[in-house]
Amino acid sequence: MTQILNLTINGTSQDIPIDDPRATLLDVLRERIGLTGTKKGCDRGQCGACTVLIDGRRINSCLALALSYDGAEITTVEGLAQGELLHPVQAAFIEADGFQCGYCTPGQIMSAVALIAEGEAGLDPERVREGMSGNLCRCAAYAGITEAVLKATRAMNREDAA
Amino acid sequence: MNLFEYTRAETLDAAMSAATEDGAILAGGTNLLDLMKIGVVNPTRLIDITRLPLHDIEEHDGGLRIGAMVRNADLARHPVILSRFPAVAEALLSGASAQLRNAASTGGNIMQQTRCSYFQDPLSPCNRREPGSGCAAIGGETRNHAVLGWTEACIATHPSDLCVALAAYDAVVEITGPDGLREVPMESFHPLPDANGTGPAPLQSGEIITHIRLPDSGGMARNARYVKLRERTSFAFAIVSAAAALEIQDGRIVQARLALGGVAARPWRARTAEKALADQSPTEEAFARAADLALEGAAPSGDNRAKITLARRIAIRALTRAAAGTPDRLPALPASVFEGDCNG
Ligand SMILES: Cc1cc2nc3c(=O)[nH]c(=O)nc-3n(C[C@H](O)[C@H](O)[C@H](O)COP(=O)(O)OP(=O)(O)OC[C@H]3O[C@@H](n4cnc5c(N)ncnc54)[C@H](O)[C@@H]3O)c2cc1C
Ligand code: SF4
Ligand code: FES
Ligand code: FES
Repeated sequence: MTQILNLTINGTSQDIPIDDPRATLLDVLRERIGLTGTKKGCDRGQCGACTVLIDGRRINSCLALALSYDGAEITTVEGLAQGELLHPVQAAFIEADGFQCGYCTPGQIMSAVALIAEGEAGLDPERVREGMSGNLCRCAAYAGITEAVLKATRAMNREDAA
Repeated sequence: MNLFEYTRAETLDAAMSAATEDGAILAGGTNLLDLMKIGVVNPTRLIDITRLPLHDIEEHDGGLRIGAMVRNADLARHPVILSRFPAVAEALLSGASAQLRNAASTGGNIMQQTRCSYFQDPLSPCNRREPGSGCAAIGGETRNHAVLGWTEACIATHPSDLCVALAAYDAVVEITGPDGLREVPMESFHPLPDANGTGPAPLQSGEIITHIRLPDSGGMARNARYVKLRERTSFAFAIVSAAAALEIQDGRIVQARLALGGVAARPWRARTAEKALADQSPTEEAFARAADLALEGAAPSGDNRAKITLARRIAIRALTRAAAGTPDRLPALPASVFEGDCNG
């Protein structure tokens, strides 16, 4: 039985017919919508490569049954930049060398966007590392990732103040 | 993953009538989908309970009543949890990752399956997965396995951090089913194995956890901690863990709570140790004696004898930290053994 899944993905509402209820949100994003920025690493909640925001909260899209999120607003890494203008977290990852191969990077960036919005880590590197521990990096770019999150936090604090 | 029919329950009654043998309840999905992907559970129907009105945390006689769908992240941030049940917050924040805690529900956390790697391998004999088939873990890799309350039928541990803290605080599980309501203490909700198998299922066909109740924590609110030993400091299950809460007046312990994680098929409430601590001074000797009592009867279920020593040390450390007082803000690394405040 085909079920209709409504998702607002990066601001655009879409009705997606789902024939096979087994589809995860990750599979829907990559294979149905063609948004391949969100990566499949482990497919089991262990690496964070598939991190997206659902109604503003970060989750692992590989363990999210798509039909269960009917009506949700999803933000993927493709939804962060405004045209050519990078999101401050994206810019900070480039400035701080927060990656090597880049496979984990979309997940890292989405996780960092949520971490900064949660507001609990602030500028404490230990809290940033703990808050990012759901995102593994096989290239071990961790030092650059922490630096990028701190840089982005400072940049976004300045934006808020301005 | 096998094919299933998906339905979204709009009412508790609809969820109950659907949650029979071949159906499975879907909450956050972080354990259920994981196990379905590797073929360990194969329900033919999924009943999505995420839209049921079980998302609230209510204050209740000085304690809390927590809806089964309250997400782990929201529970850990709740002001009453932070101020009166801080070991619950610390246990939650030491578990999984920020992403998983945003999806994982209170009911799902309690109902999550063991991380026994033989349970997770459909080709291995496992009495828990397939009653009567045997236990492949015996003689195998037993770092995750029990040192208390195990039998030859099953040596698995329950992996939840949350449940350990809930058991220490006398939490009660509220269950609704075809025969009405019933309540079970968290401490005895998960069955221990017997000689023949893994014990009776915690829920009957059609039953759903609706709420968890936490009674008033009284004078223990600011002397409570959770400590968790892991193979890495974050995003790892416990090898052993302990939740401790104390009420201290005029330098004496009025009441004590101690529960251990990673040691048995349920959170292990150490009642003899608690009794022995009553009316004692909160000293290292008293805590060492209590930890000995907590591990009384412990036996390795394989090459995991070290867990007995580790659990004893973690119990002492949790009690020592609880006596020192809950910090106003939880540490950057919740429940980490790397904290410079004591040398238990
Ligand atoms: C990589 C990884 C690391 C993790 N690390 C930790 C850790 O360190 N510590 C820890 O404690 N946990 C850890 N977890 C486990 C995690 O906490 C659980 O997966 C989660 O709590 C399950 O909640 P859920 O809502 O997603 O449950 P689901 O996956 O939806 O359900 C789990 C089970 O509970 C049943 N169920 C759900 N709700 C109810 C209800 N209301 N009534 C009756 N039955 C119900 C389901 O049918 C299913 O059998 C980890 C998980 C992963 C994937
Ligand atoms: S320890 Fe229990 S869960 Fe693990 S293989 Fe043996 S019976 Fe199965
Ligand atoms: S792909 Fe989802 S956590 Fe690894
Ligand atoms: S940059 Fe290669 S995995 Fe992180």
